[in-house]
Amino acid sequence: MSIATVFEIVLAAVVLGLGIWTIVVRETFSATVGFVAYGLLVALIWVRLDAVDVALTEAAIGGGLGGVLLLGAAARLRDADVMAAETPGKVVRASAAALSVLTTAALAGAVLLLPDPAPTLAPAAVANAWATGLSNSVTNVLMAFRAMDTMLEKVVLLLAIIGVWSLAPDSAWGGRPGPRHQADPDGVLAFLARLLPPVGIVVGIYILWTGADHPGGAFQGGAILASMWLLTIIAGLADTPPVSRRWLRFILVAGPCLFLVVGLVGLLFGAAFLSYPPALAKPLILGIEVAMILTIAATLGLLLAGAPERSAKP
Amino acid sequence: MLPPATVPDAVTTSCGFLLVLSIAVPVAGVLLAFVLGDRWVRLVAFTIIPIVLAIVAATVLVLPQSKGPLVYLLGAWTPPLGVALRADGLSAVMLAATAVVISAVSVFAVADFRPTAAEPRAPFAFWILLLAIWGALNTIFVGGDLFTLYVALELLTFAAVPLVSLDGRPETLQAALRYLLFALLGSVLYLLGAALLYGRYGTLDIVLLSSRIGAEPASLVAAALMTSGLLAKTALFPLHLWLPPAHAGAPAAASAILSGLVVKGSFFIIVRLWFQVMPGLLGFAATQLLAALGAAAIVFGSVLALRQERLKLLIAYSTLAQIGYLFLMFPLALDASGYLESGEALAGGLLQAASHATAKAAMFMAAGSIYAGLGHDRITGLHGVARVLPLSVLAFAVAGIALMGVQPSGASLAKDLLLQVATETGQWWWAVVLQAGGIFTAAYVVLVLAHALASSDKSVTLIGPASRPRDIAALILALCSLLLGLVPWEPFLPVPYDSTSSLFGPGTLFKLLLPVLGGVVLAILLSPWPHPLASSARWKVATRVLDPFRRISLAFGSLVERGNSVLCEWPAASISLLVLALLFGALMLVAT
Repeated sequence: MSIATVFEIVLAAVVLGLGIWTIVVRETFSATVGFVAYGLLVALIWVRLDAVDVALTEAAIGGGLGGVLLLGAAARLRDADVMAAETPGKVVRASAAALSVLTTAALAGAVLLLPDPAPTLAPAAVANAWATGLSNSVTNVLMAFRAMDTMLEKVVLLLAIIGVWSLAPDSAWGGRPGPRHQADPDGVLAFLARLLPPVGIVVGIYILWTGADHPGGAFQGGAILASMWLLTIIAGLADTPPVSRRWLRFILVAGPCLFLVVGLVGLLFGAAFLSYPPALAKPLILGIEVAMILTIAATLGLLLAGAPERSAKP
Repeated sequence: MLPPATVPDAVTTSCGFLLVLSIAVPVAGVLLAFVLGDRWVRLVAFTIIPIVLAIVAATVLVLPQSKGPLVYLLGAWTPPLGVALRADGLSAVMLAATAVVISAVSVFAVADFRPTAAEPRAPFAFWILLLAIWGALNTIFVGGDLFTLYVALELLTFAAVPLVSLDGRPETLQAALRYLLFALLGSVLYLLGAALLYGRYGTLDIVLLSSRIGAEPASLVAAALMTSGLLAKTALFPLHLWLPPAHAGAPAAASAILSGLVVKGSFFIIVRLWFQVMPGLLGFAATQLLAALGAAAIVFGSVLALRQERLKLLIAYSTLAQIGYLFLMFPLALDASGYLESGEALAGGLLQAASHATAKAAMFMAAGSIYAGLGHDRITGLHGVARVLPLSVLAFAVAGIALMGVQPSGASLAKDLLLQVATETGQWWWAVVLQAGGIFTAAYVVLVLAHALASSDKSVTLIGPASRPRDIAALILALCSLLLGLVPWEPFLPVPYDSTSSLFGPGTLFKLLLPVLGGVVLAILLSPWPHPLASSARWKVATRVLDPFRRISLAFGSLVERGNSVLCEWPAASISLLVLALLFGALMLVAT
């Protein structure tokens, strides 16, 4: 047994244990911490499976931003821990467990019986990379072969923002989301919020840029930029912008908007909707990705900030 | 790796660009309205709606001329690497129904969601979400790839959930959260199934997949997971815990969209999965189970509808029953070799979906007008409302008549088709359920009309002005549903020519009288509220005869209500979801 195998077995056991612990533990806060750790370890599994793009996304969303969101929710719920009061009876819990085990077993059986090597479109994606000039297959799939899905997913993000904003009280509509954070200006949080963002911004942009040929891309880069922005907001160094600002609205639609315009130009003058002329493919895709990283960073940041709750005037 | 496959229709057809536009134009509207903001949102919506209406009309007109479906290859990439959009007859019917309902609802909502300076939040969200729902539904109807359908489902969910809590009352927030959580559970199950299918067959394109799929563990597990996930999103009994509070709590225009259209999105994907991707996998037992759930939904939904105090809740529970009706087509479509046939049963099911979309939206709109006029929607407080709001009550009545299957409504044609197949295949028990469904529908429509048409000793005062354009929008939509049976369906659906022939025969009279008379009896027996004629002398004689029956029926009703409140708790609903997934898997395994 090689060291790598031992590592994999330990990793799998820890992930399973954390998963069970997250479900079993009673306090919302502990469950959240367990879930964040679980997300980070799942990212490690993706690395082991050579799916670095997925790993980056899982770490950024499952471990990072999702964790921040859940911790915030857990903090708000701490005063009224409703979960503990409504625990279902033993029979219900036992049957739920039994059914879940059965479903998992069926799923595991189906996965184990999948053909090996699995049928895959990866060679086809590699063979057609000439059309875009980018060598990261994941980016090619997202931006060229299945560009429609990616564009619509960005619209889903926008709808999520509208959903969160629609929870605002009418009096605060157009105002600033979330509470105004106050932190000790000489404390460690403010220090970190001054130290990390320059580094984080460079890393985020690098991940976007390298996404053309290596693992990375707009979503992962955007998540890093969003976390830097949030850090400065939580440290009280910056405030969330009022949601009625026109520039903010522009940033929030920039990605899907540019995508749609390129698509429609392709429909009118090119081969098809969302097709790129091979000579211009790389600059066009990079342009869309630059717009997307801004959109994604702003969207994720605002999703975490919450509904508008303060009037725009200071 | 599988041998390089050729897709039979891997070329863009001449008018295929219409399919792209039917998605891209509403999406462009969403983006534009979001940037321009509060004051311009409604204007953007009213610019986009006619354009999309024209695109859909062109699609429907072009389709019969082209041989086979309209196809568009996105980015000029052929499946399986790329994604294709395809529109067949089923897509055309649903595209058209959606366009009609959205247009009518937008006329209805003009006044309610006026972007004023005082309260711009709700109009901003409503108009953008309306366009988003339209784009999402069009994507579902023309999407040719299971992952594209997943993205469209997500779009639909995220556009539909905020509509529930537009007016911001705490109970609507709770309903919206319930809806969001259950719908996301459904999405996850669907995605899991799609991933399994890709892992086994290396494609998610519907046409390619249908030629590769076989009865194997991966496809059976995937089918079971996807079906139960989609059933949760469609709110088929017993997975309906989220529907009544969400549909009854939303503003009237939003309820019309949620009840008329949004549940049809996931229903349509179920149809695509079973009739096109894997028609050979479902088998006899699983189709019977699907329809049995449908029958249970009809009984539960109708009995509960008759016991509601508020009109909007009654309509929401009626949606529950009507969703059940949609699933009766599955066992009827099964041919002798255990293969789901895209024949008359499917046509009947889809026609029922289109009729319900139009009629139910009209009902919610009429209920909204009544609520706006009276300031409440208690059914027992509706006496005399027909005198002050005649158009609203008329719209409700026409929609109700269309829904209970009176000729020439779409529901009647659908029922004829399904009854015919039930006779041909010898499945008489589903014929009974089909007839019972019509009678139950008549029962709650008659109940509401009896109260609305009853004279009132007090004069009814309106708190808000009656709005004629709103009522006319509802009425036109209701008339659409009533006249759907006269539409020439042959280019789109396999509907035989002679099915609309005898409009004015004795059969028509029977078809009118059976549900209405049966409905009156059921309404008297099952509704616990005082009857509008309860004080008259003749009624007292009738009561003496009916009383023992009524007591038994009411006991049955309260039993159903108690059962429902158990099923509508989270643990029970989640357990039902898992049980259904396992049951479907097991039944399909036995069948193959």
